Amino acid sequence: MKKFIDDLTVCSNRKLNNDYFILGLTSVKPLPAMLPGQFAEVKVENNPAVFLRRPISVHDVDYAKNILYLLVKIVGEGTRTLSFLETGNTLNLVYPLGNTFTTEDVKNVLLVGGGCGIAPLLYLARHLHNLKIKTTILLGGRTETDILESEAFRQYGEVYISTDDGSLGEKGFLTNNSIMAQITNFDRLYCCGPLPMMKVLAAIAKQHQTDCEVSLENTMACGIGACLCCVTPTTAGNKCVCTEGPVFNVKQLQWQI
Amino acid sequence: MADLKVKIGALEFKNPVLTASGTFGYGHEFQDFLNISRLGGIIVKGTTLEPRQGNPYPRMAETPSGMLNAVGLQNKGIDVFINEIYPQIKHFDTNIIVNVSGSKLEDYIAVVEKLNHLDRIPAIELNISCPNVKQGGMAFGTSCTSAAEVTKAVRAAYKKTLIVKLSPNVTNIAEIAKAVEDAGADSVSLINTLLGMAIDAETRRPVLSTITGGLSGPCIKPIALRMVWQVSKAIKIPVVGLGGIMNATDAVEFLLAGATAVQIGTANFIDPAISEKIVDGIGEYCTRHNIAAVTELIGALKI
Repeated sequence: MKKFIDDLTVCSNRKLNNDYFILGLTSVKPLPAMLPGQFAEVKVENNPAVFLRRPISVHDVDYAKNILYLLVKIVGEGTRTLSFLETGNTLNLVYPLGNTFTTEDVKNVLLVGGGCGIAPLLYLARHLHNLKIKTTILLGGRTETDILESEAFRQYGEVYISTDDGSLGEKGFLTNNSIMAQITNFDRLYCCGPLPMMKVLAAIAKQHQTDCEVSLENTMACGIGACLCCVTPTTAGNKCVCTEGPVFNVKQLQWQI
Repeated sequence: MADLKVKIGALEFKNPVLTASGTFGYGHEFQDFLNISRLGGIIVKGTTLEPRQGNPYPRMAETPSGMLNAVGLQNKGIDVFINEIYPQIKHFDTNIIVNVSGSKLEDYIAVVEKLNHLDRIPAIELNISCPNVKQGGMAFGTSCTSAAEVTKAVRAAYKKTLIVKLSPNVTNIAEIAKAVEDAGADSVSLINTLLGMAIDAETRRPVLSTITGGLSGPCIKPIALRMVWQVSKAIKIPVVGLGGIMNATDAVEFLLAGATAVQIGTANFIDPAISEKIVDGIGEYCTRHNIAAVTELIGALKI
């Protein structure tokens, strides 16, 4: 897929809560085709403390309105600076980058998102819905403010929720959610979230011989496979998360699970 | 339009802008963003005799105005380069230069002997300065004797243009440059990354898996400029300057300090089209200053 470096215009900045916001970005040109799981390298302006671009997942794309949505969690200087963007501001993107989830040969799937890990999953849910693949969604977080976009997900399938403190949905880790009892019904799990959570989920999937794809978020510099900074060990050696990922089947990874 | 051509040894470059090894992949990664044929040259990823997996993740830390890396020469080895990568890139209408890395003198020789046969590789950059692997060549690059020894041996084995990439992690880089010149190099390039480290105060751990790594980006530019200036006064062969060049003005500063050509490194990560923009920007600078040929800028610092 052809990659672009483009200035987009901020058309919305919706604050979800103190930690999360969703940027709407539009362009005078039609947005390029983007696949679920892909990401953009976003240039952070006006903050000398931020040198590198920030890799941010494609959260959703509305081609009819020509708007790309990015869900961002404020974790440091870069994302904090992005949170101040206002309608009409310009944001420079290198995109679309990375691979996509595999959606062939599945009829019934479970999407599992921990906290900000839901970022790539909404667009995936939309895509699966269009392919008429039965989709169930499991969202988890420490507390209710980490459960994002549950209403948006409900358009595409049944939604299950876990919070560590029980403030929303079932109490406990999402890996203990009641839907996990039905894991063998699913042809594949798609997962994005904190690494420890993904590893636990991958171990459960392995135990039940259920296929599992995960989206990794290693720190990276270039995003296009040049710097070799974001590698993850795979069965075929160190691979760039930016170009050969961010989506990997757990069978490819050297996880001790 | 000014004449932007420069020469290093017998090799002509259409302009003085090259991309630095390890920051531009093999070039084809950047084809969506720029026209590679407009660049003076590209220096491909450090290539060793055997394939290398590099260092464990994390390999990168962002720093004020720069970054640390500890990639550790991950590459597929010279044979994969020759058989699989070279056929994909040899059509680029620019000077394709291979950065040759190694741990042992014999390995450097074996690699350059294989490169002698590639028509579209008119030069190598001999890396005696990688700080990120125990045997990454930096041991060769930090003493005059060993730098001269490896340069002399490679000079004897390699027929085409030989550029030697120098480490800034030395007391007197001009002495090393002189030793390399005397050993037969056609040019020196400098600076490679500066050894640095980053610490996560919350976890009390180093950020990089290797603890230390190589610092690059605009934070090192003043050091790089100073070293290019010192080295270019100390030797007669052309100097290729690099270290934190982010735009055409930075590139012109290196030319004024004495560089014949420049390399664009870390800036490629921020703007994958930057190297072509720098070619344009140098041309515009020349026009604005009524300079007919870019060579007039080399070492033209007014003191």
